[in-house]
Amino acid sequence: MWLLTLYRSTIGKKVIMAVTGLMLVGFVIVHMAGNLQAFLGANKLNGYSAFLKSTGELLWLARLGLLAALIAHVTMALQLTQIARRARPTGYAKRIPQVSTLASRSMRWGGVLLLVFIVFHLLHFTTGTIFPMASVPGAAFSETDVYDNVISAFRTPWVVLVYVVAMFFLMLHLFHGAWSSVRTLGLTKPTPRPLERKIATAIALVVWLGFTVVPVAVFFGVIR
Amino acid sequence: MNLTLQVWRQSGPASEGKLTEYQATDVSPEMSFLEMLDVVNEKLAEKGDLPIAFDHDCREGICGSCGMMIDGVAHGPSRGTATCQLHMRSFTDGDTIVIEPWRAQAFPVIKDLVVNRSALDRIIQAGGYISVATGGAKDGNMIPIPKLDSDSAMDAAACIGCGACVAACPNGSASLFTGAKVSHLGLLPQGQPERYRRALRMVAQMDLESFGGCSLFGECMEACPKSISIDVIARMNRDYVYASVSAVEERALGGEG
Repeated sequence: MWLLTLYRSTIGKKVIMAVTGLMLVGFVIVHMAGNLQAFLGANKLNGYSAFLKSTGELLWLARLGLLAALIAHVTMALQLTQIARRARPTGYAKRIPQVSTLASRSMRWGGVLLLVFIVFHLLHFTTGTIFPMASVPGAAFSETDVYDNVISAFRTPWVVLVYVVAMFFLMLHLFHGAWSSVRTLGLTKPTPRPLERKIATAIALVVWLGFTVVPVAVFFGVIR
Repeated sequence: MNLTLQVWRQSGPASEGKLTEYQATDVSPEMSFLEMLDVVNEKLAEKGDLPIAFDHDCREGICGSCGMMIDGVAHGPSRGTATCQLHMRSFTDGDTIVIEPWRAQAFPVIKDLVVNRSALDRIIQAGGYISVATGGAKDGNMIPIPKLDSDSAMDAAACIGCGACVAACPNGSASLFTGAKVSHLGLLPQGQPERYRRALRMVAQMDLESFGGCSLFGECMEACPKSISIDVIARMNRDYVYASVSAVEERALGGEG
């Protein structure tokens, strides 16, 4: 079966990583844009949340799609890491990276950090299982008042720190991933500067700033 | 100039190896890196020690025989050159230089700095050929080839199979090598009949030889003595995916008897 042959090859695995990665890039862009509504006030953000929840089965379809993409992305990453380890059982006494970016070299452990963050984030803002609030007495996680959740969560310094650090790693991951996924799929034409990545840089920066600005603004009382 | 060398010494494929220190004295900056090793070896032989084994042949950067990890960089600090084209003027007096063989599962060490690179030959054997019509030789310019295609094909064909791309890759991937081989024939009209089958077979062989996958670190391109671009990897992936989707199995047809 050709699909199985493709899946078994290293290129096929990279193609799966690239396609699922691009799906997740699309998701974080939309998610980031949605978050920015926190600047427009409680009604706007809670209305957006209510609208998403009103879609019912569609929302679950999207969630399942994202979950499937994430599982495939992580599984391929694990398999390719194993293949890479086996490809060089004896390491060098000295090897100096020449052109590879910090972003490319941190894809694997940075990806693990992001995975841990995603689990934390879902338990934090989606289910409310862990909902740390420090300075807001009487505040509790609310299914409907997303705005209030955001305000009470990001008054706690360590929560803000977790989100800011995680978003920095997301920026690094996107800086390499948004560029390399398109190249892996072969959707590039020959260029004299193949390591140049204008669009991926823009995506990484916009997503990073867009996500970081909300917790920071809440912490400093810009959003209250 | 005087240098301290830390060289990987390993007496055979199955034996344990280790870095051993040697002094290279009175090195001329005009020497090539291999000539410097020749001088060190002469002194070792005079003392009755075994000389350092390393691969070399043309010593002008076209055969792809030489290659070693020099102070953490494949083929050393000079860009777009093989080890034989690296000159001692790239170093300064008193430097300590670590010299190691290419490290990859697919490149077992034979002795000291010599590795077995026949895995690369097997990738070429898997698809590095074209169908040609026999008979009288055709006129040189009978087949029109777009200038850009011919340029790109020649850029890819510059690959000398030294293995530096694999050595420099954090994943131990042979994607730049295989990409170059897939591209240099796949871009030319003569290479079209086998274009997609070639991509399938060469990639299958590449995976079989236990090379790693491509993460697009870009290290291979920087290490390549011919500066082959990672664009060939994008092209290989494109051909490979298209080939996987569209390939038809070969059928044996024939009448009874």
